[in-house]
Amino acid sequence: MEKSINITLKIWRQASPKAKGEFVTYKLDKVSTDNSFLEMLDILNEKLISERKEPIVFDHDCREGICGMCSLFINGHPHGMDAGTTTCQLHMRRFKDGETITVEPWRSKAFPVLKDLRVDRSAFDKIIQAGGYVNVNTGGTPDGNAIPISKLAADEAMDAASCIGCGACVATCKNGSAMLFVAAKVSQLALLPQGRVEGAARAKAMVSKMDELGFGNCTNTGACEAECPKNISISHIARLNREFLSAKLNS
Amino acid sequence: MWLIDSSIGRKLIMSITGIFLVLFLVFHGTMNFVVLFSAEAYNAIAGFLGANWYALVGTKLLAIGFVVHIIYAIYLSFQNQKARGGESYAVKNNQKSVEWASQNMLVLGVIVLGFMALHLFQFWSKMQLVEISHKLGLDNGGDLALAKDGAYWVKHYFENPVYSVLYIIWLVALWMHLTHGIWSAFQTMGAGGNIWLPRIKVISSILATLIILMFISIPVYFLLGFSI
Ligand code: HEM
Ligand code: SF4
Ligand code: FES
Repeated sequence: MEKSINITLKIWRQASPKAKGEFVTYKLDKVSTDNSFLEMLDILNEKLISERKEPIVFDHDCREGICGMCSLFINGHPHGMDAGTTTCQLHMRRFKDGETITVEPWRSKAFPVLKDLRVDRSAFDKIIQAGGYVNVNTGGTPDGNAIPISKLAADEAMDAASCIGCGACVATCKNGSAMLFVAAKVSQLALLPQGRVEGAARAKAMVSKMDELGFGNCTNTGACEAECPKNISISHIARLNREFLSAKLNS
Repeated sequence: MWLIDSSIGRKLIMSITGIFLVLFLVFHGTMNFVVLFSAEAYNAIAGFLGANWYALVGTKLLAIGFVVHIIYAIYLSFQNQKARGGESYAVKNNQKSVEWASQNMLVLGVIVLGFMALHLFQFWSKMQLVEISHKLGLDNGGDLALAKDGAYWVKHYFENPVYSVLYIIWLVALWMHLTHGIWSAFQTMGAGGNIWLPRIKVISSILATLIILMFISIPVYFLLGFSI
């Protein structure tokens, strides 16, 4: 059954990385509760454009929770208050009629604001470039199941691989730490025989890049795990610590 | 040096010093607990910890442990503050699963440190310090006979309910520091996975609670009107 609500939005507007930003309040009436949060922002932008005002810049792409492009700190939570969902999967039925919704960009030293709600997350790409891959000698296609992998390892590697690199973990962490992301990326490879070979060098390279880029020190608050849209577990952080410490102690 | 330059290295130092301090607390708590049953037995144990070489080595190690833990705590907290960036969130909420203690370890640590100053003044400066001064031929005005009578000082201070309450506040702050600190140290050292993480959390909470119960039983005992 279609229902509609009237809402007030407090949205962060910032013209450029160096400019001083501020909250601007918008009223939006008759928002269908079937709209997704991003559709609601599209409607607001259409309205702004028709009023000859500059639309609000925000990141998005797939709109089905798989690409990791959407962000937004909504009412104090990255990707909104629901666990296990991205902003593009959040719907207006989760808000009340007359509610004021505060929308802010990810805030972290390593994720500078580019414009309005869009931040620069290329720091994550740099961490991946530092070691988040496997070197393979390409040849003929190997036979399927030629390398035996236990179901347990396969499952855990798959869970780690579900990280979409959205940065919500960094955004919500009081220490601005990227450990959950790096742990997921190290784990998905370390758990499999193909990635295991370069495990030690990878852990060292990725952690050192992460530190260099100005992410904070993890103090195991668990805020990342609670807000991660893909429910990546902090047990992967223990594995990253293990990988890194044994790599350092053995070198 | 990776123990200083890398985040995980810094955390390793934090966890090793933390666990070292926890081990000290286990020893200290067990020893204190004895005072509730026998003042003589307690004094006998305290007697081992005067100005002899092993007690002095222990004291020095402990002091180093504390200083390193605190220096790293401040350094890490400073770096983490910086990593947050200039602008803070207008609205920030935590999911229910995030423990308050985990977000306020420095605050709890500073509370622990403040009360520790009081504690060192009340006990250490009247006991081991007097013995050390005496050995060095200095006189800090302390009474050497009382310096060996730990039970006397316990009674002396805890018979005053104000001190008992202060110590209880201190121990509650320490308990909160430990409920997060102990499992966090294991996590930092790389222990645990999907199965062991929840187990480590439970074991750590039990350990933290047992340690604090041993300590807190003494001021509570006195507050209930008993004496030793
Ligand atoms: C008897 C005293 C203390 C004990 C047993 C203790 C124990 C611990 C333990 C086990 C940890 C966890 C380490 C980790 O997460 O890897 C920790 C963390 C911490 N401690 Fe203490 N601590 C004590 C006193 C203090 C004091 C006096 C301060 C500060 C003035 C302090 C500040 C901190 C901070 C900020 C952390 C969090 C750092 C992090 O997790 O990276 N602690 N403590
Ligand atoms: S770990 Fe979770 S919150 Fe962090 S980047 Fe990956 S999907 Fe996003
Ligand atoms: S837009 Fe792709 S995950 Fe949200």
